[in-house]
Amino acid sequence: MVMQPSTSLLLKIEDLSVYYDKTQALKNITLSVRANGITALMGPSGCGKSTFLRAINRMHQLYDSIKLTGSIRLESHDIDLLAHDTPVEWVRTHIGMVFQKPNPFPKTIFENVAYGLRVQGVKNKNELEGKVQKALESAGLWKEAKDRLQKNAFTLSGGQQQRLCIARALAPEPEVLLMDEPTSALDPVSTQVIEELVMSLCEETSIMLVTHNMHQARRISNDVAFLYLGELLESGTTEQVFGDPKHETTRSYLLGSIG
Amino acid sequence: MKALISPQQRRAKIYARIFVTASFAILGLSFLVLILLFADLLTKGLPRLSMAFLTSFPSRFADQAGILSAWVGSLCIVILCLLFAIPVGIGAAVYLEEYMNKSWYANQIEISLGNLAGVPSIIYGLMALGFFVYQLGLGHSVLTAGLTLSLLVLPIVIVSARESLRSVPDNLKEAAYALGASKLQMIRHHQLPYAQSGIFTGVILSLSRALGETAPLLTIGALTFIAFLPQTPIQPDFPFVNFNWLMDPFTVLPIQLFNWTSRPQAEFHQNAAAASLILVTLTVLLNLTAIILRNRSRRKYQW
Repeated sequence: MVMQPSTSLLLKIEDLSVYYDKTQALKNITLSVRANGITALMGPSGCGKSTFLRAINRMHQLYDSIKLTGSIRLESHDIDLLAHDTPVEWVRTHIGMVFQKPNPFPKTIFENVAYGLRVQGVKNKNELEGKVQKALESAGLWKEAKDRLQKNAFTLSGGQQQRLCIARALAPEPEVLLMDEPTSALDPVSTQVIEELVMSLCEETSIMLVTHNMHQARRISNDVAFLYLGELLESGTTEQVFGDPKHETTRSYLLGSIG
Repeated sequence: MKALISPQQRRAKIYARIFVTASFAILGLSFLVLILLFADLLTKGLPRLSMAFLTSFPSRFADQAGILSAWVGSLCIVILCLLFAIPVGIGAAVYLEEYMNKSWYANQIEISLGNLAGVPSIIYGLMALGFFVYQLGLGHSVLTAGLTLSLLVLPIVIVSARESLRSVPDNLKEAAYALGASKLQMIRHHQLPYAQSGIFTGVILSLSRALGETAPLLTIGALTFIAFLPQTPIQPDFPFVNFNWLMDPFTVLPIQLFNWTSRPQAEFHQNAAAASLILVTLTVLLNLTAIILRNRSRRKYQW
C-alpha cells in the first residue's frame, strides 16, 4: 500500500441489484467506497464482481436483457450515476474503465489515448499532445511509446497493450478508474508492472479493481469487498478483512477451501 | 513393426486424402470450363476488337457496328446504381444492427431480406415498370435503370454490411463506449471503419450482379438499338452541369449482346463475342478497383 486513502467518500452504493433476464446476478448491494484508494472486489468466479463493476459506468445499458435497480451516488458531484437524467456519456467520462483483456483500437497509439478527449470535442493539437503524453507517462508507457506514437497499437506486446488501455482510460482524467481483472490475461512480469502502476495511480484517481486473485487484493488494495453468489458478504479495510474475516464463507475463501 | 496409428486413424487419413483429391478435381474442372469459355470468346471476339468497335454506335452492318452506347450506358447505370445502393444499404444495415430492437417485427425484416435477395430479377423489373416508369413518371431512362438495379442489389449490400458490422468485436465497441462515446460516435469512429473491408466485399458482389443484369432492364424499356449517347453532364454555360442525361434512354452491354446473338448472321455473333470480352474486362476492372480499396482498408485496420 503506497498511501492511505482519504476519509472522504467516493461512491455511495445503495440497494443495487442487477438482473440478467430473470436471474438476479447482484442482490441488494449497499457499500460505501472511500476516495483516493484502491478498493478490491473479490470473490470466486461467477460471484458478480464484474457485474458490479460494470454497473458503475452503466455498461449494462448496452444490453437490452440486463436491468438495474438501486442507486450509485458519486459524492463529489452529488449525482446518482444510475439516474435516467444523468447522461451516460457524462458518467463514462468521469469514470474510466480498463477491461480484462487488452482491447486497444486498431489505430495508432496516439489515437488510442486521444480518443476519450476527441469524443469530448477536444481538437487543439497542443492540448491533445500534452494530455496524451501525460496519460502515457502515468501509465508508464511514455518511454517505450514516445518514438512510435504513430504506429498501430497492435505492434505493442500484451502487457504494453494493457498499459496503453490504462493510459487511454486516464487521458480524460476520470475520478474513478474501474479495472476488471486487468492482469488475468498477462504473464507474471507484466502483472507485476501493472500492479505497481495501479498502486502509483491512486494518487491521481480512485481505483476499483476486480480480482479473483486474493493475493493480488492483499498486495495492492486499501479496502476489500467480498462478494459471494451475488451478495456482498463482507467489506472493510484490507487488513481487517484478511486479518479477521467476520463471515465464515470469507474465511474459507481466504483459506483456499472454496474458490 | 507395430502400427503407430490405429486402423480408424488410418482410415480417416485415407478419407481425408480422397476428399482433398476430389475437391481439387472439382476445382480444376470448373476452372477448365472457365478457361475454355474464355478461350472461345478470345478466338471469336479478339479479331473484331478495335478502337472503332469501342467508339461506334450499333449499325445494321455487322462490320460497322460498335458498342459505344452500350458500354457508356452500362457504366452510367452501374455507377448510378451504386450511388443509390451503397448509402441506403449501409444506412439500413447500421439501423438494423445497432438501433432496432430485437422483436417479432425485426425478425420479419430479417427473413424478408433473405428472400428479397433470391427474388428473380424480372420481378424487380415489373415492379420498377409500374412504380418508377409510370407512377413516378421517370420514363425509360438511365435514372430508372439505376434505381431498378439499386433495388435489386440492395439486399446483397445490406446483408453483407450487417454481417461485417456484426463481426466487429464487442470488446472494441465497449472500449469506445467506456470512454464516453455516444452510439453515433462509436459507429462512425469504430464500427464502420473496422467493417469497411467486409462492406466492400458486398459492394463488389453487387457490382458484378448489376453489370450482368438484362431482364429487369428490358422490362423497364431499355432500347436495343441506340445511336446516340446520354447528354454530357457538363455544359459551357451557367450552371455548367446538367442532369438531363439521367432522363435519356439507354442500352447496356448485356442487352446489346443479347440482340446480336439472336440475329442469324454469323458476323453479328462475332460482334457479340467481342462485346462479351469488353463486358468481362469491364467487370474485372471495376472489381479490381473495389478489391484494391478493400485491401487498403483491411491493411489499415487489422487486429
